[in-house]
Amino acid sequence: MSLHVDDLTVYYQSLRGDVKAVDGATFEIADGEIMGLAGESGCGKSTLGKSLIRLDTRMRYVRGSVELDGQELPVWDDARMNPFRFRQVSIIPQYALSALNPTRRIGRMAVELLKSRDVAVDAVLPEFRRRLELVDLPQDILERFPIELSGGMKQRVVMVLSSLLDPSLLIADEVTSALDVSTQRAVAELLVEFRDRGFVKSMIVITHDLSVLYQMADSILVMYAGKLAEKAPAETIVNDSRHPYTQLLLSSLPEVGVRYAERRLKGIPGRPPSLLEPPAGCRFQARCPVATEKCDEQPPFCPLEAGHEAACWKAVA
Amino acid sequence: MIRYLARKLTIYLLTFFVAVTVDWAIPRFMPGDPIQQLLGRMHAQPGSQQALTSYYTKAFGFDVPLWKQYLNFWAALFHGDLGVSIANFPTPVWELIRGAVPYTLALLVPAILLSFWAGNKVGALAARRKVLDNTVLPASYVLTATPQMWLGIVFAWVFATTLAWFPVSGAYDFSLQPAWTWEFFQSFMHHWVLPFLALFLVAFGGWAIGMRNMIIYELEADYSNYLAALGAPTKLVRKYAYRNALLPQITGLALALGAVVAGAIVVEIVFSYPGLGTLTLNALQNRDYFLIQGIFLFLIVGVLLANFVIDIAYVFIDPRTRVGMEGGS
Amino acid sequence: MAVSTGQLQADIEPVPPGALQPAAPAPARRSEFLYFAFRNWKFVLGLAVVLAFLALAVFGPMLTAHKPLEFSGPTASPPSHAYWFGTTSFGQDVFAQFVYGLRATFLVGCVGGGIAWLLGAGVGFTAGYRSGWIDDVLNMLTNVVLVIPTLAILIIVAAYLNVHSYVTEAILIGLTSWPWAARAVRAQTFSLKTRDFVDIARLSGRKTRHVITTEIAPNMSSYLLMMFILLFGGAVLIGASLDFLGLGPSASVSLGLMMNNAYSASALLLGLWWWFLPPGIGIIGIVGGLYVMNVGLDEIFNPKLREL
Repeated sequence: MSLHVDDLTVYYQSLRGDVKAVDGATFEIADGEIMGLAGESGCGKSTLGKSLIRLDTRMRYVRGSVELDGQELPVWDDARMNPFRFRQVSIIPQYALSALNPTRRIGRMAVELLKSRDVAVDAVLPEFRRRLELVDLPQDILERFPIELSGGMKQRVVMVLSSLLDPSLLIADEVTSALDVSTQRAVAELLVEFRDRGFVKSMIVITHDLSVLYQMADSILVMYAGKLAEKAPAETIVNDSRHPYTQLLLSSLPEVGVRYAERRLKGIPGRPPSLLEPPAGCRFQARCPVATEKCDEQPPFCPLEAGHEAACWKAVA
Repeated sequence: MIRYLARKLTIYLLTFFVAVTVDWAIPRFMPGDPIQQLLGRMHAQPGSQQALTSYYTKAFGFDVPLWKQYLNFWAALFHGDLGVSIANFPTPVWELIRGAVPYTLALLVPAILLSFWAGNKVGALAARRKVLDNTVLPASYVLTATPQMWLGIVFAWVFATTLAWFPVSGAYDFSLQPAWTWEFFQSFMHHWVLPFLALFLVAFGGWAIGMRNMIIYELEADYSNYLAALGAPTKLVRKYAYRNALLPQITGLALALGAVVAGAIVVEIVFSYPGLGTLTLNALQNRDYFLIQGIFLFLIVGVLLANFVIDIAYVFIDPRTRVGMEGGS
Repeated sequence: MAVSTGQLQADIEPVPPGALQPAAPAPARRSEFLYFAFRNWKFVLGLAVVLAFLALAVFGPMLTAHKPLEFSGPTASPPSHAYWFGTTSFGQDVFAQFVYGLRATFLVGCVGGGIAWLLGAGVGFTAGYRSGWIDDVLNMLTNVVLVIPTLAILIIVAAYLNVHSYVTEAILIGLTSWPWAARAVRAQTFSLKTRDFVDIARLSGRKTRHVITTEIAPNMSSYLLMMFILLFGGAVLIGASLDFLGLGPSASVSLGLMMNNAYSASALLLGLWWWFLPPGIGIIGIVGGLYVMNVGLDEIFNPKLREL
C-alpha cells in the first residue's frame, strides 16, 4: 500500500478564529513502512493523525488530498469516509484506556461493532481470539467488563480490535505516552510485530518521544507549529538531521551516562507561536539559532536527498 | 454485590429507625400541648373535658415514662397498630390509610413509570434533533418549574369546569360504588385523566431535560468517539449512549420519588381524589395527629421500599456495581 | 428538586492541547465571564425574567394602595382598572396579594435555598475532602436524610409546630433539602481533590483550609453557584406545596397560600381565573427563569458546551 498526502490543511474552529493546526502537510508512506510522527505538544501531529480517519466536530477541513492504495480518501466527507474506517484506515486512539464501553462486555461490544460494519463475525472471531492470545491476554477477556481490566490490558484489547480487519494504515496516537519505559518497549515491539505479521500494512506512530521512535520506526516525520519540519529515515533523523529544530530537539534529550555537570541539556528557549495568527515566514524563526532574513519567507518542504526532506533554507543551502 | 446490597439495607433500616423516632418524638418535643390544642378545637363540653383529657393522655401514651412510650410505640408498630383516628373515631388509622392507598397508587405508579419512559425517550430524541431540542427543551423547563397543584387547578378549570370534558372531583361518579364492573372502570378512568396528567407532565419535563443532557454527555464520551472512528453507524453509538445515560436517570428516579409523592398529595387535594392526599388534608385540618403520624410512617415505608427495589434493580442493570470499583491496576 | 443530575455536568475540561496558545494574554477571568455571559441568551433571558419578578416583589407593594388581606373591594370581580388582577371572593386585591406573595416566595427561596446550600456544601465538602470515617459518617447521615420524603417530614413538623413566619418555614425547608446537594458537592470535591494542583499545594505544606479556599473552592465556584440556583428553585416549589396544604404561616400571604385560598373558596368552580392563575405563573416565572439561567451558566462556565 502507499499513502500519499498532499497539502492537507485542517483548522480548528474557535470563537477567536481558526487555529491553523495542520497547514499544508505533504508526505508519503510506502508499503510496510512505520512512520513516526513527532513534535512538541500542540504541533499538530495528533490533528494530522486524526484527520486521516475522522474529523471531529471542532475540526474543519480546508484543503488537500489523501490517497491510500491508489484510492482517494474523502476525509472531508464524514459519510463517504465511513466505508474506509476500520477496514482500510484504523486508529488506536489517545484515549484507548477509556475507549471501551464500560457497561458492555468486551466480546459483546466487539461483536456488535463488527456486525454493524457488515463483517462476517463467525469468520473473524477465531482470528480475534488468536490475536488476543498473541498479545498475552487471557481467553476469558471477551466475557469481562472493561472495569475488570488493567490499563495495559485495555490498551492491548484496543490495539487488537483496531487492527482486526487488517487495515492498510494504522494510526497509533500517543500509545506509549502514559507508560513506563519497560511497558513502552513492550508496546513498541508489539506494534512492530503487527506490521511484521501483516496485520497492518503501514503505520503512523504519533508521539513526542523521539527515543521510542528510534527503536521502532522506519522513518520519522517531525512537525513544528502545524507545519512539517523534516522527514527522513529514523537513522538519518537521529544522526544526520538537517533542520535546526530537529537538531535542538535531539540535543534536548538527556543521554545515558552523561552528567549534568559535564554537559548541560540544551533546551529550546521560547515558546511555539500562536496558531491563531501564525507568523508569515518560517514558524520556527523566532527560536531558531541560525535564522536569517531569508526565513521571513516560508521555506518549502522539499527533498534534500533521496528520502530526506526538510523545510529550511539553511538545510537546502 | 452482596456487600453493596447489605450496605444499602443498613441505611434503609437506619433511616426507618430515624423516621419512626422522629415521628414519635415530634409531638412530644414540640412546644405546646397537643391534647389541649385538640380539646380547644373540639369545643368540648366542660364535663367531658376530664374524660377526653384522660383518654387522649392514654392514647398518646403520655401517662407512662418517656422510654416506655418509645418502646410501646415500636410494639404497636409491629402489630400494625397505628392508633385510632381522632376525627374519624372509632375507625383505626390503618383502615383509613388502607382505603386511600389504592387511589394514590393508581395515580402514582402510572405517572412515575410513564413519565420516566416518555421523558427519557423524548429527551434522547431532542438531543439529536435541533428542531425538537428547541421546542422540547424550553417546554420541559417550564413544565418542571410548574407547581403540580397549580397545573391541576388549571386543568380542572379548563377541562372540567369550562369545557366539561372531564369531571372535576372524585375518583368515580358519586352514584357508583367501587366494584369490578365495566361501568365503574369507565367512570374511574374518566376521573383519573386530569390528575394523572398534572402529575405526568411535570415529571416528564424533568426527565426530558435530564436525559437530553446525559445523552449529549455520553455522545461525547471516549467510547462513542472510538466507535465512530471505527465507522460504527450512528444507530449503534446512540444505542450505547442511551443505555449508559439511562443509568444515572434510574438513580435519579430513586431520588425523585419523594418529590413525586409530594406532587401526588397536592394534586389529589385539588381533585378531591380519595387518596392519601385528601386524607392528609383532612387530617391536618382536623389536627388528627394519629392519622397524620400514620400517613407519615406509611409514606416513609413506601418510599424506602421503592428505593430499595430500585437499588436492587440497579445492581442488575449496571455491571459496574457487580464487579466492584476495582478498575485499573 | 425536579431537575435531575444532567443539569450538573459542570466539569471544566481543557481545550485540545496546543489549540489555543495565544501570543497575547487571554482576557482577564472576570471580564471573560461577562463577555460570555451576556452573549448567552438563555442566561440573559432567565436573568431578565427573575429580575422582573424581583422588581415586582420589591416595588410592587408601592404600586398598590391596598393591603393584601384588606377587604377593600367588590367581591370576586375580574381584573379592572382599579384592581389590576381583580379581587378575591372576599374582596381582597389579588394584585396586592400577588406582589406581597412574591416577597414571601423570594424570602423562602433565599433563606431555604441558602440554608440547604450551606449545609449541603459544608457536609459535601467535608466528606469529600476528609475521607475516612468522617466521610462514612457524613455519608450515612446524608443518605438517611436523603431518602426521607421531604414533604412528609415537613408535614409532620409543621402540623405540630405552628409555623408563624416564612423564615421558620424556610429554615425547615433548608434543613430537609440539603442531602442531594451534599452528595453532588462531595462527588465534585472528590474529583477535584485528586487533581494534581491540589497535591502540589498540599505537598508544599499549605494548611488544609488554605488548600480548600485557594485551590479547590475557586474551581468549584461555578458549580456551587449553579447548585444554589437549583436549591432556590426547589425551596420555592416545596414552600408553595406547604403553603397549599395550609402548613405555612396563615397570617400573611404567599403564592402557595393564594392558591390554597382560591381552591378553598371554590374559585375554580366559579371560574375566578384571575385569582388562581397569577400565583402559578409567578412561580413558573421565577423557578423556570432560574432553571433557564442555570443552563446558560453551565454553558458559560463550561467551554465545551459553548456554541461556536
